[in-house]
Amino acid sequence: MRGWRPHRASFAVAGSGPTIAGHSAREATRPVTGTRPVSSRAIAHVGFLVATGACCAAVAVFLLVPLVALLGTVPPRAVIAALREGETVAALWLSLRASGLALALTIAVGTLAAYVIATHRFPGRRAVLTAVELPIVLPPAVAGLALLAAFGPKGLFGGALRALGIELPFTFGAVVVASAFVAGPLYVRNAIASFEQVDHRLIEAARSLGASELRAFLRVATPIAMPGLVASGAIAAARALGEFGATLMFAGSLRGSTQTAALAIYELFASDTESALALSVALLALAAALLAAAKFHTARARPARVTEG
Amino acid sequence: MAAASTKGALASCAPRFARQAGVRVELAFAGSDELAVQIRQGARIDVYAAANTTLPRALHSERHLGRPVPFATNELVVATRPESPIRALADLARRDVKMVLGTPSVPHGAYARAVLARLPAATRRAILANVRSNEPDVKSTVGKLLAGAADAGFIYITDVRATRGKLAALRLPRSLEPQVVYAAGVAARPHAPRLARSFLRDLRAGGCQRALRRAGFGPPPTRG
Repeated sequence: MRGWRPHRASFAVAGSGPTIAGHSAREATRPVTGTRPVSSRAIAHVGFLVATGACCAAVAVFLLVPLVALLGTVPPRAVIAALREGETVAALWLSLRASGLALALTIAVGTLAAYVIATHRFPGRRAVLTAVELPIVLPPAVAGLALLAAFGPKGLFGGALRALGIELPFTFGAVVVASAFVAGPLYVRNAIASFEQVDHRLIEAARSLGASELRAFLRVATPIAMPGLVASGAIAAARALGEFGATLMFAGSLRGSTQTAALAIYELFASDTESALALSVALLALAAALLAAAKFHTARARPARVTEG
Repeated sequence: MAAASTKGALASCAPRFARQAGVRVELAFAGSDELAVQIRQGARIDVYAAANTTLPRALHSERHLGRPVPFATNELVVATRPESPIRALADLARRDVKMVLGTPSVPHGAYARAVLARLPAATRRAILANVRSNEPDVKSTVGKLLAGAADAGFIYITDVRATRGKLAALRLPRSLEPQVVYAAGVAARPHAPRLARSFLRDLRAGGCQRALRRAGFGPPPTRG
């Protein structure tokens, strides 16, 4: 609760923040002319605090106002009513399944890859890191086109997939692939960062005590990196829940088979705006719960990490 | 704001109109239904051009739009790739055909459903069972066909023509053909009322009307 008060206070001065900051900057130049250096430093300090407070408040307001506005437009009853409708439930459930599967695949393949990238120096490592980051920053439409170019019927591997009897576009599999392609890299990128923070000497020590590479990974590195891995997974899952552009292009939108909550929101937007808003609130709450749960896990895990280290 | 299907034509004529009037024309294309929602939400626009008459009429009755006027007609067709074996409407009911439609709220989706409603129930059910995706606007429907993800879809003949041979059009029998009329209106509170009205006139009878004709649109019906 303490955190809220300064926010409030600085919000009140947010409008006048820049002028105060400008004023303090002028004060800060006074010591050069030689008058009252201590107090001007104090004023500069206060000015800096006010400026940082104003910036924090501005960031919080800018990020939260649209979300609060969204919540404000939909009474909770409407959300519950919308969630009783079969189609919104189906879309949410489909989103959850697709994100869950995409995350499971990502964790299964990405964790070890992230560990290797984080703990080994090899030629082309920067290129690999860049490749991991690219899908995160790609416009969703580009991601969708890229997936079509790779796995579409006319795509690079379209023929090979067809030979195996697989046609991805317009299937639930395509939703999972789109989610994994767009959200998976978020997990891998953050997992690399988490493994990089593991003290390498601990892994060396485990090895010198006779642990195999696999054992060092499973018993030393992974437990220490776990809070970071959980947070990475939560962010990736939340991102996958909201995936829209790549899914629409690669998987299309059909109720019950490929229509995720985000796609349902887009469709409802044009025909039933209230349900679109209600479903948006539900999706927002779900994402918030995911991120908050990961934060709590990280907070609880921290003392354990200290004792282990 | 204009229906996605008018994109090619209006993008070519609007700059000339802008030069003559000495202004800048900003165009926004999307599904007509989505644009209508944006107008309801308070989007400040001058002219709204939709791929049907019902959306502009609804906006007019909600006082978001002046009286809409028809400015073009179009023809709904079944689009396929040229090498496709689909030759008749009945082929769409075959089990191996992948269909894409517009969502029911977007005009080309609504027209397609009107066509399907006139078919025998068994054929209609079979075709609907082949639908793999409901797309938010006509360009996105075209994209699915061009990418080879879908075999057939209901789109406008102007969109087939715009692909320059990459898609082929299968014309619907007269008895099934929906009347596709595009209507436009000036916003209730336009930025530049005089320019908006003159753009609407251009759309109906000026350079933009000629561009629409070149793109394959029909003339506005004399009685809308």
